[in-house]
Amino acid sequence: MRKLWQSLKSKFKTMIDKEKKQFKQDDKAAYIFSLPYIILFMIFIAVPVFLAIILSLTLFDMVRQPQFIAANNYIYLLTSDEEFMRYILPNTIRFALIVGPGGYVLSFVMAWALAQLPHKLRTVLAIILYSPSLTAGITMTVVWRVFFAGDESGYLNFTLLELGLIVEPIAYLQSPDFLFTIMIIVALWSSMGVGFLAMLAGILNVSNELYEAAYIDGLKNRFQEVIHITIPAMKPQMLFGAVMSIVATFSAGALGVQLSGSNPTPNYSGSLIVNHIEDYGFIRYDMGYAAALSLVLLLIIFFFSKLSWKFFGEKD
Amino acid sequence: MEILWRKGLGDDMKKHKPYKKKFYSAIKTNPSRFEWSQLPFLAIVMPIVLFMLMPLVYIFNHAFKPFDELIEYPPRFFVRRPTLDNFEELFRTATTTGIPVSRYLFNSIVITLIVVLLSIFLATITGFALSKLKFHIKGVIMQINTLAMMFVGTAVVIPRYIIVERLGLIDNFMVHILPMIAIPVGLFLVKQFIDQIPNELIEAAKIDGASSFMIYWKIVLPLIKPAIATIAILTFQGVWNNADISATYINTDALKTFAYYMSTLASSSNVVAGQGMNAVATLIMFIPNLVIFIFLQNKVMNTMVHSGIK
Repeated sequence: MRKLWQSLKSKFKTMIDKEKKQFKQDDKAAYIFSLPYIILFMIFIAVPVFLAIILSLTLFDMVRQPQFIAANNYIYLLTSDEEFMRYILPNTIRFALIVGPGGYVLSFVMAWALAQLPHKLRTVLAIILYSPSLTAGITMTVVWRVFFAGDESGYLNFTLLELGLIVEPIAYLQSPDFLFTIMIIVALWSSMGVGFLAMLAGILNVSNELYEAAYIDGLKNRFQEVIHITIPAMKPQMLFGAVMSIVATFSAGALGVQLSGSNPTPNYSGSLIVNHIEDYGFIRYDMGYAAALSLVLLLIIFFFSKLSWKFFGEKD
Repeated sequence: MEILWRKGLGDDMKKHKPYKKKFYSAIKTNPSRFEWSQLPFLAIVMPIVLFMLMPLVYIFNHAFKPFDELIEYPPRFFVRRPTLDNFEELFRTATTTGIPVSRYLFNSIVITLIVVLLSIFLATITGFALSKLKFHIKGVIMQINTLAMMFVGTAVVIPRYIIVERLGLIDNFMVHILPMIAIPVGLFLVKQFIDQIPNELIEAAKIDGASSFMIYWKIVLPLIKPAIATIAILTFQGVWNNADISATYINTDALKTFAYYMSTLASSSNVVAGQGMNAVATLIMFIPNLVIFIFLQNKVMNTMVHSGIK
């Protein structure tokens, strides 16, 4: 025991010495330059995550002192939160699986096709494709609310009525059957963001010689070309695009609430984890439980990001 | 994708099979001019482009519709007699608390300007330190930063709220600014971009006796304009469109932002008359985003080449 302690101590000491030596060689300006960023990063990104971990183990209503209740929040989450298991989690996963890969593949196909067009035309089309994501989806809900409005003056209702496909107007945004689909349409509409631009730049950056060499080596068609040349050559951008698309997908949680105008959404049909967090945090003031939900969300995001790392990360 | 390929491009390929060489030299990405052979690609893109465009065209039309066209039945997509009535009405209408819309707009502009400038400064100078200066923990910092790119702000609203409260930032103008400055994606892109600057350039300046700050200011900054444009856009979008901060941390109406005002409009008024105003407000939110992006898109694309995560 004592020996172990001694060896740990000496290891620790050599580590400190090494750090000190390295610190002496460091450019001191680097510390000054990066300090403001690091401080802000700590306060608004790192500390909230740690605080979420601690809070998730407590019962806290913002008024009384937080009370330590160990893993009770998580037990409640797994066993008693009926809405979470029945609606929120399946909704979130379903939404993520459709919008995430959907938007990602759409971005790639669009970027790939655009890369085959001349510069000016490509630029105009790329700006149009990118522009919905400029609005972050949310501000534009005004538009979608009119498209899917519940009375006969809504565009969709009007068109369907005219065509004789429906007899009376449908309140799409209040209907549990339609809300989720509409959320997916709107999310896909605004899904071509930074990741799309990165992939477009990546595809354009693959040198034409690479393709020529591959065709000499027996590449037969454009599909093979995409699989064997384009994607491997732009793996880093693919990964960047994947991470961006995951983040965008999970941030789009406010969509259902914005469209339907209520939290929780009708029959929880459009509620995602993000809404559930706000529901518990700011409506029911159960901060501890909300923090536990936050951690679950962060874990899900982390899992999906690691998965894309597996696909596109450099192996070495 | 495969199906599209089989339908449209497969035939083309069969035709060229005997002239393999000719074929592959004809498939260059980034062609210099338009040729009819590019038509299939256009056919893939156009339906999506039109779908993306539809709501934008709608907003433009709706914003300029006079009152009678707004309430018209059957509803029409395009405006026939464009007016500026809706604009006037939006700026004449004060909120229930008596604060004119222009006040929200002023807040938004000031906040956006400050945040964009500060985030450019912090991202570039930190990126410079992490890329070019001798700094033994820079690898660790970059790794943490890359991990943080996956960070979704809305996931930690609760702990963030507690921190903001403890810092005494509730109902404080600074709460619009401080949380928005450090953007992991921005730092990442800038750092990748600075990596492209040859080290010799920095070394030469050092030998000439330039301080680290001078090197950053005189050499690095002018070389990374594309990356600066990119973070400017990313930050601008994040701040200008942000309604959450006003909704969560600000109680005084005079300190709230235009985006927040927009979101209250959007969720409260289902009345037809409000639609015109709504459309105008959306347009005011959207246009600056679009204009800035159009001007800077070339630089953004230039930065995105180096965006890959390795």
